[in-house]
Amino acid sequence: MNRTAAPAEPSKKAPEGTLSGWGRIPLPGSERFGEDLEGLSASADLCRGLGRSYGDSSLPARPTDRVVNTVLADRLLSFDPASGRVRAEAGFSVRELYRVFLKQGWFTPVTPGTSFVTLGGMVASDVHGKNHHSAGTIGRHITALRVRVADGRVIDCSPQQEPELFWGTIGGMGLTGHVLEVELQLEAVPSPWILQESERIPNIDTFLERLEATAHDWPMTVGWIDCVTQGPSLGRGLLMCGRWARPEEAPKAFPRQLPRLKLPFVLPDFVLGPLSVRAFNTAFYWKHIPQKKRGIVHPETYFYPLDAILDWNKAYGKRGFTQYQAVLPKDNARRSARAFLELLTREGGASFLCVIKDCGPEGSGLLSFPRPGVSVALDIKMTDRTQHLIDALNAFVIAEGGRIYLTKDQLTRPEDLRRMEPRLDRFTALRRKWDPQLRIRSAQSVRLLGDPPLPETTP
Amino acid sequence: MILAILGATRGMGRALARQAAERGDTLVLLGRDLDELERSAADLRIRSGGRAEVRLVRADLDDIGTLAPSVEAAFAAVGRIDAVVVTAGLFGTQDALEADPAFAARLLTVNLSHTVVFCEAARQRLLAQGGGTLCVFSSVAGDRGRKPVGIYGASKAGLSHYLESLDHKYRAAGLVTICVKPGFVKTGMTAGLKPPPFAGEPDGVAKSVLRAIDRGQPVLYTPAMWALVMAVIRRLPRFVMRKVGF
Repeated sequence: MNRTAAPAEPSKKAPEGTLSGWGRIPLPGSERFGEDLEGLSASADLCRGLGRSYGDSSLPARPTDRVVNTVLADRLLSFDPASGRVRAEAGFSVRELYRVFLKQGWFTPVTPGTSFVTLGGMVASDVHGKNHHSAGTIGRHITALRVRVADGRVIDCSPQQEPELFWGTIGGMGLTGHVLEVELQLEAVPSPWILQESERIPNIDTFLERLEATAHDWPMTVGWIDCVTQGPSLGRGLLMCGRWARPEEAPKAFPRQLPRLKLPFVLPDFVLGPLSVRAFNTAFYWKHIPQKKRGIVHPETYFYPLDAILDWNKAYGKRGFTQYQAVLPKDNARRSARAFLELLTREGGASFLCVIKDCGPEGSGLLSFPRPGVSVALDIKMTDRTQHLIDALNAFVIAEGGRIYLTKDQLTRPEDLRRMEPRLDRFTALRRKWDPQLRIRSAQSVRLLGDPPLPETTP
Repeated sequence: MILAILGATRGMGRALARQAAERGDTLVLLGRDLDELERSAADLRIRSGGRAEVRLVRADLDDIGTLAPSVEAAFAAVGRIDAVVVTAGLFGTQDALEADPAFAARLLTVNLSHTVVFCEAARQRLLAQGGGTLCVFSSVAGDRGRKPVGIYGASKAGLSHYLESLDHKYRAAGLVTICVKPGFVKTGMTAGLKPPPFAGEPDGVAKSVLRAIDRGQPVLYTPAMWALVMAVIRRLPRFVMRKVGF
């Protein structure tokens, strides 16, 4: 039997009495686990899943807040093998979806870059993937939700039924209500393997050209950028295009479960220092010796390269890290992407990994992140300068008319978010409609959206 | 294989049922809440790609009157059962049980008396069909009287004792009895407790239990490391046990 070595397991690495997101920056708090999400959610202030949002989106606003972890509520509730429509409890993970459905010829139509994400988390972040330009965000494929709203009622919503609550919950960071059940339209895949074509790209201008050109022929594209190298090679990197392989192209065997490594301890700070980052980026670029490569790739390697190391977030040292992801509007994408990278290198924000992706049309989720343009995502190790760097990047993104991805955020200032998010008032109005006191909240919603203080409750 | 599981909707029982369903076993789920059983049955059918046959029977370990009839109903539903598995049980911390005698009495009744009554009914049916496996989840907590699991451990000590006697008495007649002794396993039942070293995952436990059923292994410590841990703890002198916190 092809079992996962490590099942869906939340970010357990936080010190005792604290919770932390994937960036490993802890806050005081505790979480309750249980199979009975419907019961537990009745008194919850916040729900969280596998804890892969980087910052404080899934962390409690106050240490005594009741946080419910959904990962044990992971049952599949219905599946129609003719249409591919599946319904599951919110804690069901993409890891399990991959394991159960790929061999049956189905897969999630949109996946983020990790399989350690629950359906509830995918909904709350309205996640996107390498196929955003062709498939949109996950919200486009969610057909119904069951949500526990703040007054305790359980509401079934969909694009037809309570559409406001539905589209507010898609990308709503878990703040409109607790997602209990998710109904998702799966995609039929011709084989479980991926056909990938990768290409070495000499600079950022070519990158944007090639992203646009390949978008017509390939349903999935993504770029990795070396954001250490400056000058004429600024923004050089690798472009990876992919699609599901046709049966005649694919190996006959089902892809075997790949081995997983664990980092036994938190790596010391010098491991991902400037020199090693530069060496890694150079090696990664020049390892791709032919200008173009084409071949069959394991789906896990293709979608989830970093999942191979279970807790790669420990590589960023004791202080943890954050990720910064912003989308820059399409009109000026070429100029602004170059300017963004120039700013980044000027500010010394050398990132181990920088991912670039062209985004398609904006989703219907009220706070959905992607919009037409180019998205850039990078890891930033926490240092004394990180806040300054984030502020500088945000100032730039505001000037360009772009916006950031809340799921990655740890350090954005509320006034900056307000400048990039004209949609906030509508979102807050929707939250207040279902939750006048804004009882359902997170550390992030207090920090960024300015949720007013609540009277102290007894835990 | 045809398995009947009491306690398949949650925790280790859920993991076990999933692995059995994925290999194509036929399952009879026994539990107190038919809606919950129905949800778990759907989960198992989907995970098996529609292959697994899943039947439901109501049984409530709190209600002795439901137990023998539920065994009858389970056998009637599928004709023959290769293994009857019991993962259901109650848990309470020593503090909670000391503070609430009614809860302590209920836990002892459910985990020991009623579980034995259920097993007796299953034993008779398994022997009547010519043999089979009775696999029951006890606990490492039953291996030695310890400070944090006095009352819970007592219920499991009694259960382990009973299961061993079944193995001695009926193995020759074809009844294989398996006493599973999980160490600390991260499930909804232990949520809120601080996981000690060597804490296990339900999936790992389920895998080893299915293997033990296939092999007819009478006692299974899982995760395996707990066999060693308990071997040491069983040998610690009392003056040490009085001092330490485990």
